[in-house]
Amino acid sequence: MSELINRSALELAAGLKAGEFSSVEVTQAHLDRIHATEADFGSFITVTDDLALETAKAVDAERSAGGDVHALAGVPVALKDLVVTEGVRTTAGSKMLENWVPPYESTVHKKVKAAGLPVLGKTNLDEFAMGSTTEHSAFGTTRNPWNLEHVPGGSSGGAAAALAGFQAPLSVGTDTGGSVRQPAAFTGTVGVKPTYGSISRFGIIAMASSLDQVGPMGRNVADAAALHELLAGHDPLDSTSLPDPVAGFVSAAQTSDLGGKKLGVIKQLRGEGYQDGVRDAFSAALDVAAAAGAEIVEVDCPSISYALDAYYLIMPSEVSSNLARYDGMRYGLRVDPESGPVTAETVMAATRAAGFGNEVKRRIILGTYALSAGYYDAYYGSAQKIRTLVQNDFAKAFARCDVLVSPTAPTTALKFGAEAASDPMALYLGDVATIPANLAGIPGLSLPAGLADGLPVGFQILAPAREDVKLYEVAGPLEAALEASGTRVLDTLVEGLTTK
Amino acid sequence: MKYEEAIKKYDPVIGIEVHVELGTATKMFDAAPNTFGGGPNTNITPTSLGLPGSLPVVNEKGVEYAIKIGLALGCEIAETCRFARKNYFYPDVPKDFQTSQSDEPIAAEGEVEIELEDGTMFTIPIERAHMEEDAGKNTHIGGATGRIHGADHSLVDYNRAGVPLVEIVTHPITGTGDRAAEVASTYVRTLRDIFRALDVSEARMEQGNVRADVNVSLRESPDAPLGTRTETKNVNSFRSIERAVRYEIARQATRLEAGEKIVQETRHFHEGTGETSSGRPKSDADDYRYFPEPDLVPLVPSRDWVEELRATLPELPAQKRRRLAGVWGFSDLEMRDIVNAGLLEVIEETVDAGAKPAAARKWWTGEVARLANQKDQPTAELVTPKQVAALIGLINEGKLNDKLAKDVLTAVADGEGEPAEVMSARGLEIVEDTGALEAAVEEAIAANPDVVEKIKGGKMQAIGALMGPIMKATRGQADAGKAKDLILAKING
Repeated sequence: MSELINRSALELAAGLKAGEFSSVEVTQAHLDRIHATEADFGSFITVTDDLALETAKAVDAERSAGGDVHALAGVPVALKDLVVTEGVRTTAGSKMLENWVPPYESTVHKKVKAAGLPVLGKTNLDEFAMGSTTEHSAFGTTRNPWNLEHVPGGSSGGAAAALAGFQAPLSVGTDTGGSVRQPAAFTGTVGVKPTYGSISRFGIIAMASSLDQVGPMGRNVADAAALHELLAGHDPLDSTSLPDPVAGFVSAAQTSDLGGKKLGVIKQLRGEGYQDGVRDAFSAALDVAAAAGAEIVEVDCPSISYALDAYYLIMPSEVSSNLARYDGMRYGLRVDPESGPVTAETVMAATRAAGFGNEVKRRIILGTYALSAGYYDAYYGSAQKIRTLVQNDFAKAFARCDVLVSPTAPTTALKFGAEAASDPMALYLGDVATIPANLAGIPGLSLPAGLADGLPVGFQILAPAREDVKLYEVAGPLEAALEASGTRVLDTLVEGLTTK
Repeated sequence: MKYEEAIKKYDPVIGIEVHVELGTATKMFDAAPNTFGGGPNTNITPTSLGLPGSLPVVNEKGVEYAIKIGLALGCEIAETCRFARKNYFYPDVPKDFQTSQSDEPIAAEGEVEIELEDGTMFTIPIERAHMEEDAGKNTHIGGATGRIHGADHSLVDYNRAGVPLVEIVTHPITGTGDRAAEVASTYVRTLRDIFRALDVSEARMEQGNVRADVNVSLRESPDAPLGTRTETKNVNSFRSIERAVRYEIARQATRLEAGEKIVQETRHFHEGTGETSSGRPKSDADDYRYFPEPDLVPLVPSRDWVEELRATLPELPAQKRRRLAGVWGFSDLEMRDIVNAGLLEVIEETVDAGAKPAAARKWWTGEVARLANQKDQPTAELVTPKQVAALIGLINEGKLNDKLAKDVLTAVADGEGEPAEVMSARGLEIVEDTGALEAAVEEAIAANPDVVEKIKGGKMQAIGALMGPIMKATRGQADAGKAKDLILAKING
């Protein structure tokens, strides 16, 4: 059965449909793989064997009864532990919610359940999605399956590692500043940040509301597209949800070609100061695209230089407000003060001191400061203006090309304990290429473009807002061209990839 | 210093913030029912409780009601506005921020005309009306006072959390002079009447549907800059508003006289003593870190919608009072009595049903009110306007006199049927049989020769002395007018 874990989600879907194997077999194979490799990878906070098998059984039964099931029915999926799952502990990677079992359902999980995808478990993340290494989790370290001494990226590090480690064929992550695309880049997988509002945020534990977006992840473009189709669509419970109909992502990925496609290389993100291997892999991928008929142009997006600064004002501001509710009064951790009077105020203070990790506290303090009277205009207000400028830059750039491209991250996966991995500023800078898309609300995708020093390099594609299909029209044929050119991608369990 | 002295010496400036709970079916940002009462924490959803991952969705009805209020206050309705988060930690605020509006309220710059007790009109300048959500309710257990100080622990009921509110803020109200307290309470009463006329809230003070925060400051003269103000929170009856303003004016004047400064602070009002006490210091440094609510998109009420709502606005209470007083020919005092007794609507309906305004007023404020008081029931609900109109009709037709009509009314109020039915069933109709009446008149004349002499001598009032025996003989069913005519006919023969 172990060969089942090598298959892509769409291959599994086809096999299930053809009756080659059952969902129980597929689900069990992945659960076996998880239990065999979790000690190394640490992708999951909670593994939900029983729940997954229960769903698998139900889907098998419905299918054999001739029922009309979803195209992905029976294909297992892993959910980032930021997605609320009714009745299943949801931690956000925080001690604050260590024992929180949600009494309600998220729209994402509702859709996943309705389509009959067995949920393998809840994947590890940086606490409340704040971080880019998954080291800021209260529930242990996730390691990069390509090399256990390296981080998987973050904050959807568990989701990406589960894919790269062949523990799950599909993963749901979230992306606030690159949290899907960067771990996808670091693990040689595909991660998509849809247009803001494409996938409902109802039941996604908020980090920064105006930037957060659920991201489908897979080991190839078409798989991610299929998951995107499943999760997207209007949700009346999310006021920022878009009314756009969703269809055609998978076929765009499978049938498009690069002929005549205009790829705009963002001047500001061309790779200056990036790791050599990253720059080389990116250039090589551009050559492959050009050889396949794409036209490569350079575009100027000057405001992008300020995007990082704007992001690190807007994001913490919203964080400081969104995370205020974790006060020990209604749910989650509650800690009494060690000494002195026990009042609402002292309990709130003690709870928050004990429940939040350092990175979360750092951002709450930053955001509280940025929103303070007298600073609001200078910080939050100015940042919102930059946000508009970035949007304008993108709009101008898209007038000249179909999609914009760049390396997803300046480096490959950092080594645990490396200097950069413990320096917040260096880590913040690592988001330079991914953040602009969140600020502008436009869709982005990262796909693997070969290796540098034995670790995967990510190639980022950005498209205009509400034109997510353009991501797939380029990513699909580019993936095929890269594969045909011999560029190594993560299609099956690759020799040398850390296994047990 | 006494209030009377204080008000002579200083010029008071007041400012009032009124919160009204809207009578929508569900809460402002989620589908939990918006109902008063119910077990603790039963009217809640993940959103009212601020559970991780929950999101708000704007209640369209709430926006509609806010626009109606804005229009009724003569405000401009914003073409685009936003919700904002007001961040502060408190256990009854589930998200530890209140979703409110900050620099972009839905309605701004209006005015409300109010009418004081003696008919003086006063214009209250409105700064803004904005939408927000209510907080939950804390109950402090174990203390002697029910307040947080000395309590063992506190319980929070989130049923009220998320209930839609509109907050109406005045500009500083100047020029009230010694009528500051009356202006304050009359303004809130006027708003209460407007909310009810708009049907946007039950607006019951005793249920806390309408709550007022009263700001008071004093200055040496109307030309002087504004003094330091205090804000007395949650004053919840008209009388309390008046008392709180009077108390604050006297207290602040006393401090100023003693050369002390007024501390800018929030204060609590105590029903028992009519006094206010210091709450927490409030300075402009209070930092709620407002920023636009990112979970909600900007609100853009279309001009068509606003005009549609404007067209549905009912006549506002003040306009209506003025119009009806003119049409009915009532004095200001009569009008005020009617309004204060809550009888305007029923009298209007009684007149619509055919009664003369004066008769409608006389019956509702007189006999109906007396009976209702006896039965401890609301006057307006004791009988229907149609019944009162029918009763008046029977009097006009000469079938009932006032005394008989009172008996009929009592029976109608007891549920014995419509006025005409009661009249026939009880045989209360005026005796038309002139034979019986003539006999009674003759009997009375024969028995009272001295009275007859007086009448012959031109003392017409003396007729009254004959009416008693006539009414007695006819069991009160005699038509007084006819009896009088008969008496004169017989005597003057």
